[in-house]
Amino acid sequence: MNSLVPLPVLLPILGAGASLALLHHPRIQRWLSLAVLGSVVAVAAVLLVQADRHGPQTVWIGAWPETLGIVLVADRLAALMLLVSAIVTLAVLAYSVGQGMTEDEEGAPISVYHPTFLVLVAGVANAFLAGDLFNLFVSFEMLLFASYVLLTLGGTAARVRAGTIYVLVNLLSSTLFLISLAVTYAATGTLTLAHLAERLAELPDHVSMMIQLLLLTTFAIKAAVFPLSLWLPDSYPTAPAPVTAVFAGLLTKVGVYAILRMQTLLFPDSPLTDLLLWAALLTMIIGILGAIAQSDIKRMLSFTLVSHIGYLILGIALDSRTGTAGTTFYVVHHITIQTALFLVLGLVERRAGSTALMRIGGLARIAPVLAVLFFVPAMNLAGIPPFSGFIGKVGLFQAAQLDGSPLAWTLVAAGAATSLLTLYAVAKTWAVAFWRTPREAHEALEAIGETVGGAVTEPVPGHDTRAVHQHRGHVHTAAGTVSRRDIEEARRLGDDNEPDRDFYTLIEAGDDNRHSPLGMLLPAAGLVAASVLLSVIAGPLYALADRAAGDLHERTPYLSSVLTEEHP
Amino acid sequence: MTINLTLVLVAAALLGCGVYLVLERSLSRVLIGIVMIGNGVSLCFMVAGGPAGRAPIVSKGGDTTGLSDPLPQAMVLTAIVITLATTAFVLAMAYRSWQLNGHDDVQDDIEDDTIRRLALRDVTSEAYSATTSDYPGDDSSGDHGQGPDDDPLAADAEEMRSQ
Repeated sequence: MNSLVPLPVLLPILGAGASLALLHHPRIQRWLSLAVLGSVVAVAAVLLVQADRHGPQTVWIGAWPETLGIVLVADRLAALMLLVSAIVTLAVLAYSVGQGMTEDEEGAPISVYHPTFLVLVAGVANAFLAGDLFNLFVSFEMLLFASYVLLTLGGTAARVRAGTIYVLVNLLSSTLFLISLAVTYAATGTLTLAHLAERLAELPDHVSMMIQLLLLTTFAIKAAVFPLSLWLPDSYPTAPAPVTAVFAGLLTKVGVYAILRMQTLLFPDSPLTDLLLWAALLTMIIGILGAIAQSDIKRMLSFTLVSHIGYLILGIALDSRTGTAGTTFYVVHHITIQTALFLVLGLVERRAGSTALMRIGGLARIAPVLAVLFFVPAMNLAGIPPFSGFIGKVGLFQAAQLDGSPLAWTLVAAGAATSLLTLYAVAKTWAVAFWRTPREAHEALEAIGETVGGAVTEPVPGHDTRAVHQHRGHVHTAAGTVSRRDIEEARRLGDDNEPDRDFYTLIEAGDDNRHSPLGMLLPAAGLVAASVLLSVIAGPLYALADRAAGDLHERTPYLSSVLTEEHP
Repeated sequence: MTINLTLVLVAAALLGCGVYLVLERSLSRVLIGIVMIGNGVSLCFMVAGGPAGRAPIVSKGGDTTGLSDPLPQAMVLTAIVITLATTAFVLAMAYRSWQLNGHDDVQDDIEDDTIRRLALRDVTSEAYSATTSDYPGDDSSGDHGQGPDDDPLAADAEEMRSQ
């Protein structure tokens, strides 16, 4: 019994209520949210220390007996995830406070932002702590509902369009979750994880396999594992920058956490190694190929997000202590890095007026601080030593090599290739958005405009006489068999969310946003610094991840802490 | 455990109709589908709770035989509340979509369209034709400019547009 355990859920929920009551006092509302999240960080840190020293901390809510109660468990893994998510959400909230203060958006949408954000945090914390499947379902619903509101904030056409797909996909996955809960309950008569761990083993193989696959599909949708990942790159980029950042950092990882917990605690005898390895392989490769094809940085990062979920699944699939330790470390690294990148991208968008690669350029000279802030996590994402991305990937590859099967070796090769392709994708982005001058970017964009303007009107037979427009290696256009209508329509479609002018014309007209407000810059820089710090403290962190993985595979620490509380 | 066949059949019918409706384009039909699926799933929980029995209210030391299982009922209540909230939210979204676009159809991914068109342009770029001249729409037999119909990718785009 540890009364600290429910606090990471309770504090944000109570904070959300108070924050709703303070709708007309935005200043107090902001400080309240920051104070709440700050104390969640402190509580999570204390919980992590306690869980690490004295084993899993548990609370039976309301002191109900036996299976009727709801149990919250903070073991090493849950407490670690809790701490990382609390730090990241604090940074994102500070960033959005900075954004709100400068843009003077004190109207309706922003006033619901803080309560909704706090509910999201409570849902994420509850998902990490949940000791039974139904509570996990409820926490998923909490964070999903908050995310529906955050994603459609303001209700613009683009956000409603993206939100529709996101909401529908998640509604279906929640339905699937409910069906699997009903099946599980019918088969075992309980939904408490600790009881399930004992009773599922007694079920006939085909029944437990059905339950496992149902749960796996549900969580794979949340975690965006290929082929259930296609909703993600479409829905994330349209949201406001801090929202995209926290979604990208946390929501998919909650799904990964659920898969990890389920595979180790409930189904230790049925690792499904081959199935998960194939899923990991396809998620990595197809995700990163998608990233390369993108012409918008936000979408490119959304695809790399999907791709790197593959690494996490790889560690889970191996079903070994080293694999799980690798996944745990990689989750911590990836939450920090992905959130940091999206926050920096929000600053880039603010400075250059767009994140479409065709429209921006020259940021390295114009905004050197942003360039550094983007460069460091981007290299970290690609896994360049000595950053934590490299350490995480090496850990996972070691685990795969210990496994030794041909498929595991294939995964090592695919992981290395994905890492290189990530480097290619971010390096291309860097070269185009930061390295070339705004003028070059403008000329390249003009080149496309020229083609549309008239060069394609009369198709000319033969190669030699075809009109060719080639500009500095990035945009190739040629008058060929592409009909004029096609290009015009592509431009029209692409321009829907974009301002009419690109970065160069903005600078020429002096309309660009010259300063990045400190309130936004500091949290983003802080998170980038935290991601670098991860490389510095990688030794102790990896040791902690290894101990957490040990707990997961032994199962007894978790089971005994939950089941002895019951009969004190 | 005995299973109530009526409940199973009704749940199956609700789920089947719901899935059919979810595959529609119009958001309001999708919503009706989701509500039907939600009700079907609630019935699944009633099946999971075993046979119906007396109300599960127990006095101290009282008789507990023949009570129905209260736990699935509590879960169904939670699920129903969530479905209610979902319905409200999706309805609001459908209405907003109707306000903005004059319809509430679920739309295609715009960026995907754009990227597809960019790819189309890449295929016919100078760099491409220099290395791979055997592309069907790009050989030197002089069929350039006969429009997108000769080009499989372009025909694809044409088809996409007509949808």
